Amino acid sequence: MSEFAVEALSIVRTFRDGEVRALDGVTLHVPRGEVFGLLGPNGSGKTTMIRILSTILKPTSGTATVNGIDVVKHPDAVRRSIGLAGQYATVDENLTGYENLRMIGLLNHLDKSFVFKRSHELLEQFGLTDAANRTTKTYSGGMRRRLDLGAALVANPPLLFLDEPTTGLDPQSRQDMWGTIEGLVEGGTTVLLTTQYLEEADRLAKQLVVLDHGRIIAEGTSQELKTRLGSTVLSITFTNTDDARRGAELIADLSPKAAIIEGTVVDLTVDRGPALAADALRRLDSAGITLAGLTLREPSLDDVFLNLTGHKAEEETILAAGESPAGRRGRKART
Amino acid sequence: MSIIATTPKSSKSSLRWAISDVLTIARRNLLALVRIPTSLVFAVIQPVMFVLLFRFIFGNVIQVPGGAYVNYLIPGILVQTTIFGAIGTTIGLAEDLQRGLIERFRALPMARMAVLTGRTVADFIRNIGVVIIITFVGMAVAFRPSGSFVSYIQACLLMLVFAYCLSWGFAFVGLAAPNSETAQAMAFPVIFPLTFASSIFVPVSKMPGWLQPFANNQPVSQCATAVRGLMLGTPHGASTWITLAWSVGAIAVLAPLATAQYRKVA
Repeated sequence: MSEFAVEALSIVRTFRDGEVRALDGVTLHVPRGEVFGLLGPNGSGKTTMIRILSTILKPTSGTATVNGIDVVKHPDAVRRSIGLAGQYATVDENLTGYENLRMIGLLNHLDKSFVFKRSHELLEQFGLTDAANRTTKTYSGGMRRRLDLGAALVANPPLLFLDEPTTGLDPQSRQDMWGTIEGLVEGGTTVLLTTQYLEEADRLAKQLVVLDHGRIIAEGTSQELKTRLGSTVLSITFTNTDDARRGAELIADLSPKAAIIEGTVVDLTVDRGPALAADALRRLDSAGITLAGLTLREPSLDDVFLNLTGHKAEEETILAAGESPAGRRGRKART
Repeated sequence: MSIIATTPKSSKSSLRWAISDVLTIARRNLLALVRIPTSLVFAVIQPVMFVLLFRFIFGNVIQVPGGAYVNYLIPGILVQTTIFGAIGTTIGLAEDLQRGLIERFRALPMARMAVLTGRTVADFIRNIGVVIIITFVGMAVAFRPSGSFVSYIQACLLMLVFAYCLSWGFAFVGLAAPNSETAQAMAFPVIFPLTFASSIFVPVSKMPGWLQPFANNQPVSQCATAVRGLMLGTPHGASTWITLAWSVGAIAVLAPLATAQYRKVA
């Protein structure tokens, strides 16, 4: 068996007869027993990759194995070895929490007695025992997400695909979900996770791939990426755009990366935030420039993209809409 | 891979698993039916309203050859209701697709055909219940089928099979529509002429001359004629066989069509 849980080689996937290239030669090696992150904005190809690896979609070209099994040649065998939880928490609203898990268990071709036991075990693990016999229509967003994850775990798959598991969750539910995912990995599960949040990728994923327009634009451990990208963003707000331009020139040599000017705000990605902030303040002060504000913050996905590509991580609604029939069905833009 | 080993895989054959998958999906759809009040209203209350409307309001001015209008009406309503029921398939599939549930099913090792078959089987089972209810409601408003009990059962089976075969067409519509509201709107222009320009409520001989050739020969009229003939013990020509032929023809064309559409969209 391959040493990787997922091995994808030069995956290309086009839509609309080749007009849209959702994935353009993506190669991934996901090691067993850890969280691997696919980071990127909407329309970057994340969901398309997950759909190919979970056998929902066939690649236009390229090969992929999941748990050592070819996804195109033996999709049924792949399906038996994976769990999928999507960003839209696809639980059946008209069934209770228990019935949802039972249905997925039976459709996984597991024994009835095992499904019964396992469903209740998962309901308890995810704090849904009290809500087990309520239809999921009455569930909160966080509860649905937990049930959705539970459904992906009914068959105890060694590999779990999580497509934006915390998108749309409140901060507390997000923290809970992170804890749950970490627990799963401790138990030996491999997780391939997509996310739009740098913070999430940083917290959970050992290794990361950054996707943009269907291509990999950066990869490595989260530490490597941070070092490459700078760990802090120094954001200075000036009182007018002239000052902003002058100020940007004065502090430009504090970082090897170019300063980004947007109106009266100048963003500079730096390695040693506090020390450089003091330095920047001294320079601006001696030049007689008054500041409206100064903050040091963790880099956001936008900062990463600005650094890597020079453009913002914009919403690619056109690409996403053309991506799949589901896109036409009025669902939110995905990928 | 000790994790896999702790998960017992059953040793059933793939055919038995396929049947199990169909029943699992059918069960979920039937549970949804009883839990969504509007779908229950649509399935049961609406046909009962039709019975009362035609029996007591329109029925008084409708003349049918050879006996009371109620005996003409109930077999017709039964045929109409079983066909209308297929709209549940249309809406249900469109919703599953919209919500991403079908995508989840696609990533499971279940039988591919179970999503569509389970859906249509659920409507078949629902129709059995509806036929029984309407029969009793009919009896309560003086419906007196004069045919034998056996031919009554034959009539019920005939329309259930006919409706089942047609429901694959409604499955296709549900999968082809961009959302469940549009799916419903797309189904009605087909279902209305088929059920109303037919012998379901009134004899075709009372319709305008230009409509009669269509109304006489379209499959729903043939089914209504056969069902009425069997229930009332009156002559109905070859209509039973014509209905069965339409059923076979319909499923032979519509099931592959729906399956192809399922592959395309899901």
